[in-house]
Amino acid sequence: MPKNKDIHKVLVIGSGPIIIGQAAEFDYAGTQACRSLKEEGMEVVLLNSNPATIMTDKDIADRVYIEPLTVEVVEQLILKEKPDSVLPTLGGQAGLNLAMELDEKGFLKEHNVRLIGTTAETIKKAEDRQEFKDTMEKIGEPVAASKVVTTVEDGLAFTNTIGYPVVLRPAYTLGGSGGGIAHNEYELREILENGLRLSRVGEVLVERCIAGWKEIEYEVMRDSAGNCITVCNMENIDPVGVHTGDSIVVAPSQTLGDKEYQMLRTSALNIITELGITGGCNVQYALNPESFEYCVIEVNPRVSRSSALASKATGYPIAKVAAKIALGYTLDEIPNAITGKTYASFEPMLDYCVVKIPRLPFDKFITAKRTLTTQMKATGEVMSICHNFEGALMKAIRSLEQHVDSLMSYDFSGFSSEELLDELKIVDDRRIWKIAEAIRRGLSQEMLHEVTRIDHWFIDKIAILVEMEQTLKHQELTPDILLEAKRMEFPDSVIARLTGKTEAEIKAMRQECGITAAYKMVDTCAAEFAAATPYYYSVYGDQETENEAIATPDRKKVLVLGSGPIRIGQGIEFDFCSVHCTWAFSKEGYETIIVNNNPETVSTDFDIADKLYFEPLTPEDVENMVNIEKPDGAVVQFGGQTAIKLTEALIRMGVKILGTSAENVDAAEDRELFDGILEQCRIPRPKGHTVFTAEEAKKAANELGYPVLVRPSYVLGGQGMRIAVSDEDVEEYIGVINQIAQEHPILVDKYLVGKEIEVDAVCDGEDILIPGIMEHIERAGIHSGDSISVYPAQTISEQAKATIAEYTARLAKALHVIGMINIQFIVCNDEVYVIEVNPRSSRTVPYISKVTGIPIVPLATKVILGYKLKDLGYEPGLQPEAKHIAIKMPVFSFEKIRGADISLGPEMKSTGECLGIAETFNEALYKAFLGAGIKLPKYKNMIITVKEEDKQDIIPIARRFEALGYRIYATRGTEKVLKENGIKAIRTNKLEQPAPNLMDLILGHKIDVVIDTPPQGVEHQKDGFVIRRNAIETGVNVLTSLDTAEALVTSLENTDLNHLTLIDIATIANR
Amino acid sequence: MKAFLILEDGHVFTGTSIGSAREVISEIVFNTSMTGYLEVMTDPSYAGQAVCMTYPLIGNYGICYDDQESMKPWIDGFIVRELSRIPSNFRSVDTIQHFLAKHDIPGIAGIDTRALTKILREKGTMNGMITVNENYDLDTIIPRLKAYTTGKVVEKVTCREKTILKGNGPKVALMDFGAKRNIAKSLNERGCQVTIYPALTPAEEILKDNPDGIMLSNGPGDPKECTSIIQEIKKLYASEVPIFAICLGHQLMALATGGDTYKMKYGHRGGNHPVKDLATGRVYISSQNHGYVVDARGLEEKNIAKPAFINVNDGTNEGMAYVGKNIFTVQFHPEACPGPQDSSYLFDRFMDMMGGKR
Repeated sequence: MPKNKDIHKVLVIGSGPIIIGQAAEFDYAGTQACRSLKEEGMEVVLLNSNPATIMTDKDIADRVYIEPLTVEVVEQLILKEKPDSVLPTLGGQAGLNLAMELDEKGFLKEHNVRLIGTTAETIKKAEDRQEFKDTMEKIGEPVAASKVVTTVEDGLAFTNTIGYPVVLRPAYTLGGSGGGIAHNEYELREILENGLRLSRVGEVLVERCIAGWKEIEYEVMRDSAGNCITVCNMENIDPVGVHTGDSIVVAPSQTLGDKEYQMLRTSALNIITELGITGGCNVQYALNPESFEYCVIEVNPRVSRSSALASKATGYPIAKVAAKIALGYTLDEIPNAITGKTYASFEPMLDYCVVKIPRLPFDKFITAKRTLTTQMKATGEVMSICHNFEGALMKAIRSLEQHVDSLMSYDFSGFSSEELLDELKIVDDRRIWKIAEAIRRGLSQEMLHEVTRIDHWFIDKIAILVEMEQTLKHQELTPDILLEAKRMEFPDSVIARLTGKTEAEIKAMRQECGITAAYKMVDTCAAEFAAATPYYYSVYGDQETENEAIATPDRKKVLVLGSGPIRIGQGIEFDFCSVHCTWAFSKEGYETIIVNNNPETVSTDFDIADKLYFEPLTPEDVENMVNIEKPDGAVVQFGGQTAIKLTEALIRMGVKILGTSAENVDAAEDRELFDGILEQCRIPRPKGHTVFTAEEAKKAANELGYPVLVRPSYVLGGQGMRIAVSDEDVEEYIGVINQIAQEHPILVDKYLVGKEIEVDAVCDGEDILIPGIMEHIERAGIHSGDSISVYPAQTISEQAKATIAEYTARLAKALHVIGMINIQFIVCNDEVYVIEVNPRSSRTVPYISKVTGIPIVPLATKVILGYKLKDLGYEPGLQPEAKHIAIKMPVFSFEKIRGADISLGPEMKSTGECLGIAETFNEALYKAFLGAGIKLPKYKNMIITVKEEDKQDIIPIARRFEALGYRIYATRGTEKVLKENGIKAIRTNKLEQPAPNLMDLILGHKIDVVIDTPPQGVEHQKDGFVIRRNAIETGVNVLTSLDTAEALVTSLENTDLNHLTLIDIATIANR
Repeated sequence: MKAFLILEDGHVFTGTSIGSAREVISEIVFNTSMTGYLEVMTDPSYAGQAVCMTYPLIGNYGICYDDQESMKPWIDGFIVRELSRIPSNFRSVDTIQHFLAKHDIPGIAGIDTRALTKILREKGTMNGMITVNENYDLDTIIPRLKAYTTGKVVEKVTCREKTILKGNGPKVALMDFGAKRNIAKSLNERGCQVTIYPALTPAEEILKDNPDGIMLSNGPGDPKECTSIIQEIKKLYASEVPIFAICLGHQLMALATGGDTYKMKYGHRGGNHPVKDLATGRVYISSQNHGYVVDARGLEEKNIAKPAFINVNDGTNEGMAYVGKNIFTVQFHPEACPGPQDSSYLFDRFMDMMGGKR
């Protein structure tokens, strides 16, 4: 079937800010789809509130709107841009929900806009619990006994007929938000109540629990002619009960025979056919491990996290093909870009094994429950490829960058065997390490299977790895043993540790024995056809193992290091930077080589770089590739800390670091060197000291005067950073810090209360270019990544701006920066202080690039190649301010992480960001809040409870909320202050006091917002913690900083939400 | 124990011996199916061939005898990257290691199967030897490999005597050229009474039993070697009995009606091949196992038969519809096992051809 001739202008809706359950995979899918549409000559209008994405680049779409993802905005946008079609299935659940709402309202029909790809009826059939169940019953596909309920009582009654445990799944939520398994009435009530609230339509599915069955997924494609194929199937190592996003997943399935494989494949094709999906679809199954009995768990009628994983695991570009199908093409008309010989209508065959491990945020949320359930908690994931399972698992483990390099990395040796078995009953992120320890103890594999329900095959694989540990520990290291250990991807460092040798000795022995890494190609067809796209993974073998990666002769080659898994503190922004850097090098005629291990990202798409190595980002893994490719240089300044950390190793391998030299990167991070540079540049910084012990720290703090900022040197995302107000605080902090990292000194700085300012700049060694100055709304002390950031800066003087530009220039020059630099300042009483310098690309780079129209990453890349800013058509210095105001708003995923403390501080907690851009500050602010999901007012009830120091500052804010008609509830102290100042406040009981108290108010579902500023210091105000958690879990907005509260009230005061001005980012002049 | 795979082009792979330590010379082919190793081993079409599985992890779900496609494995040798240490599946009753040993099938594990596949892809299917003799002498072995031919394998794999699967529906005569069990099963499940005839049964004898339809099965080897069978098929073609043919049967029908077949460079073996039904334009993913293919041009020019299916990847013929005849043949395997079941509707079509009695 040829392309549909009626489609000319397509609106693509993205997925919004990165939150748990909806991450970079949709940038990958959206970017691929947009490129695919443009290839077909479509005019693409893009809407996504997330400025850190690649899809919101003007290179990717023709018109780009970084606006809140609300029905009102989409309606206005459709009226303005008049697209003839909307493609809703590539922006995750957020985009799909929006399109569905517009369709249900009749808006699309009224304006002659069609949904392309899958139809609204189909989406409804797949997403609506009851319709889905009916459809499955109609075609004889089994689903677990279930009922859709809208009240807790109905849920209880139904559960009594099918028995506990039951699984609860709210309709229309992503990442399983609000879902869970209830084992008794108490749990049922708690989860159900919450789930009903979170569901867009107030519906929750109560379902027979099939926990312990195998969880299998199929990725399926179907075109409008009815042709269907499966791209890939995947098996979750963790049986049903853990969200697939939090499970370790292997592709293809390992423990299914052909009968089971084909049974489920046929079922998946029947389902996609009956639903009438045109595009990609994901079907999840529970398979009884003791029979052919199975249940359909869920169908996602769109591209998903799993489809991104399947695309990377097989090389089959699902989003690209889905976009072509949406335009009317059939699968047999779409060429397979990897082989160039076959078509999209064939099924990929793998000749390797893929393992995905989720990246969970428990290192950031130390108070959070580590238990894994049907509610997804992972912020990102890593994938690895090897020709055996053991090797793929080992590679995935070390890709996590969580200080794990083997199955020995978490120490459970202190547990008794009984304790260990008890621990194994609870699923958490360390389960495979616990299984390894249990095997070391000699606990039977049968028993481990009984407790965990993990298939024997996987347990045996863990046992094989444990046996290798023992062999290395107790036997003499022979070439055969070494080869076998390397085949299983034991890193040299781990082999060295186990054998009591040095890493250098292991490496030397490998070289002597000819044990090297060879690279194999991901070609979609198990070598049946010659592939044209160099997408590689490594395997260790002997001389007989063929290496397929060959360095291209006579071409300049650059290595771009990716940023690994998405985690709090290092998100999609760095993928944006890596991809743009790659494209810029490519334009300059370089062959580009990317190394990365994140299956969700654009950078690991097969057609971004000339060569893609899907590998862990460790020195050993990178060196193997370097030995073959011998790149002319490597760029580390765009890949976040992951890439920076590899600098030293790259230099040792003889790879030239392009741009700012390693010594200068070090100088910015080494306190003494950096102090020297600041002094030489005559730039003030908050006074501070470097100390090693608690005694020294207290002495320093008293000399500086409290409050002080205490942190270990070498930190990422503010990890381990605290504001201390007393000697006791300091003592406790040092204790905590020393548990994490003892070898680094501790920094004690005077904590200045002032305006926090941030700049990103490009320096060519002589001149600098500052696209703009960003100001944070929250005062210093809240991590810059968690602050609301405003461009252009609104409240600092022209003088201060000039000083900032001047200091930036001085610092960039002093540090001999070639490329990117990011500097954070504090402006306190018009004095400018430097607080942090990072001679690399930062989190704000995509945001500032888009709102100023200055393509910083390509510029920095050209500068790295030796161009001068002046030659590139830019007047050096601070660029003129834009007319519009652009506000970057952090977005959190607190509701997904039970037990996480949500109060903001120096440690970063946000998972993503959105943008508010408008001609006025207030509208921009309103849009930013809207984009972050804070849509007010609703009930006009609020709770205020602030710490002693904030009591005066809250008064004007409360007064303004009152003027907007808000009813204010307050605890005793706060209420007293408000009343004294003429603000009507209703006193409410604290938690320990009798009902009705704060908690009843919150659980009553009538509160718009809670302003709760926790006292600084170690003393976790227990009450505050409980209030904040409950509020978040009930869907109430919680603000823990008065600055944020003030911004919110400002945004509410002045906005007419019917007339938001929409700004096409693509029209912002590229000056 | 070390084992060696020696190819006729001089390549030698060193690995570990699995199954029998017997030395074997065979034609080396590769199969890209990720599951279904037992079905592959017991598919009689692989008689005379040693199979390399491109999927590296084999044996994971053990052996379940119910899944055999015939009474025993027919492969000459088995080539894998890795055999699973333990089998894990609720139906597994044996390990693949023991299965190979029990049936005296030699094999080799631990070699770079991808490199081997690429050689076969680039140079075409070739002969090879699996041996555990470390002192092999290439100078004497390679001429032997080059001289080796598979020989008449259909006669080896076909059943010895006629057997009947009871049913109340149409009577189907199944010509067993090395039939996979699921062909008879698929027909029997649709109610057919299936009579399985040895490959060399004269056409008269079959027609005398008065079948409602004739099924020509899959089977091993070069179709042109089956000269006497082709003569019999000519007679079947002349009868008015509806005929459905799969794989070798499809090739033999083409030869019997004046068409031609040729050997492909490395064949189609796997479960992911897209075939297009030219009547509807629909594409189905099919299970395939063939080294020879029908050259459709001659039959089309003479208006004897028209192509009914083609392979989407390389455009080769995948099926013929015979003009003016109730005869329909396909190159791929609607009976699956292993592989996708997408084209099982063709058995229904055959039922319709026999008068819609189902």
